[in-house]
Amino acid sequence: MGVKSLKAKAHALADGTRQLEILNNGIFAAGGLPKFQERIHPILGGGLRPKALEILQLNLGYMCNQVCAHCHVDAGPDRKEKMSRKTLEQCLRILEQTSVTTLDLTGGAPEMHPDFRWFVKEASQLGVADFIVRSNLTILRANKKYYDLPEFFKTHRIHLVSSLPFYKKEKTDRQRGEGVFAQSIAALQELNKVGYGKPGSGLQLDLVYNPSGAFLPADQKALERDFKTALKKDFDLDFNQLFAITNLPISRFLDYLIASENYEMYMERLVDAFNPAALDKVMCTHTLSVRWDGFLYDCDFNQMLDLKVDHPIQHLDDFEEGKLNDRSICISQHCYGCTAGAGSSCQGSVV
Amino acid sequence: MNKPYYESGDLKKFKNISDWSPELGKQFFEYYNRVFAEGALSAREKSLIALAVAHTVQCPYCIDAYTQDGLERGIEKAEMMEAVHVAAAIRSGASLVHGVQMMEVYNKRSM
Repeated sequence: MGVKSLKAKAHALADGTRQLEILNNGIFAAGGLPKFQERIHPILGGGLRPKALEILQLNLGYMCNQVCAHCHVDAGPDRKEKMSRKTLEQCLRILEQTSVTTLDLTGGAPEMHPDFRWFVKEASQLGVADFIVRSNLTILRANKKYYDLPEFFKTHRIHLVSSLPFYKKEKTDRQRGEGVFAQSIAALQELNKVGYGKPGSGLQLDLVYNPSGAFLPADQKALERDFKTALKKDFDLDFNQLFAITNLPISRFLDYLIASENYEMYMERLVDAFNPAALDKVMCTHTLSVRWDGFLYDCDFNQMLDLKVDHPIQHLDDFEEGKLNDRSICISQHCYGCTAGAGSSCQGSVV
Repeated sequence: MNKPYYESGDLKKFKNISDWSPELGKQFFEYYNRVFAEGALSAREKSLIALAVAHTVQCPYCIDAYTQDGLERGIEKAEMMEAVHVAAAIRSGASLVHGVQMMEVYNKRSM
């Protein structure tokens, strides 16, 4: 695993256009695998359309203390993009106006944003039913200035969704970097101490599992059982739910798939595992993803490919929920990742 | 042309086996899926048994399929290797235990 982002390395795959070229050609060229559009049109009788907006996902910026091998954001310490105070204020106004029931903060490591605490305090007063912060866990132990975050999260009743690719050191460190597993366990212990993940506390701590290689996640419930048993036995840790998320073939994971000569096999697996029931519940139909600079996307993956919403309103400056809902969702072959098997979303399986 | 007897791409054609005998194919795959469902043994345990048996019958398709299946289920490489050693131990033990027969014949025929 490198210590620099693809962008810092001036890698061709740092460019969304290049990624889309790969996804739209090769094995998906004439006579190969069916394109996502060809697969879904007969089922839906047209394109994928949004339902009512429920989730506003804000990507506060791409800076992260980790450089994970599979990261679809291409995040890392060298990424400086971050949401301005003005854009954060716009987001607060939108939360006041809309029917959004879930606010989902992601990054990078959202905790590294200089306005993170201010924004959480403000947003937590708006009565959003579910206020999620996606934490990589290690940030909570990365520097003393973050040590009080478990208490801060508790004060603001934040729902934590934290990445832990596996319940053993080897696979976790191979994907996320040496020492990440030990730090993640230490962070989980701190979160448990203040009540997160403990029965009856009302402090929700969910973990995210994603495969550490070119394979799909198995049954979410079975994995959750294995995680719970192992983390309890080895570290006396508790958490609520496990979300099994499929790695989508973009950015660093796409780079890995191509470099390891697994790309075609992986895409075949995703296409073979296409599940119409999952298509009905994909997250993009009730989500808007906001980039650090205020541009709008159907999901965080489309954000990384710079596939802006297919609508004249593409920026928070012009936001109008009703009008924006009248659009088609931008798709490409990466979307097979969300419809494979039991489906995949930022909240894990969908069927 | 040096076409190998085993082609990795043939694995995904397995379902085509039903083409020439639909009813038996259907019954086989229904049986197969029920065998691997969660039961008194977990699907995870069954996957490890399948991996071990795959090595015993030396089926490259099955080894591919159940290594992949194990990865998806979060089975670790140490567990997979132990399963393969179980297969190897039974297989080598099966050879070795026949040494008893050899010893008995040897002893019976010797003065």
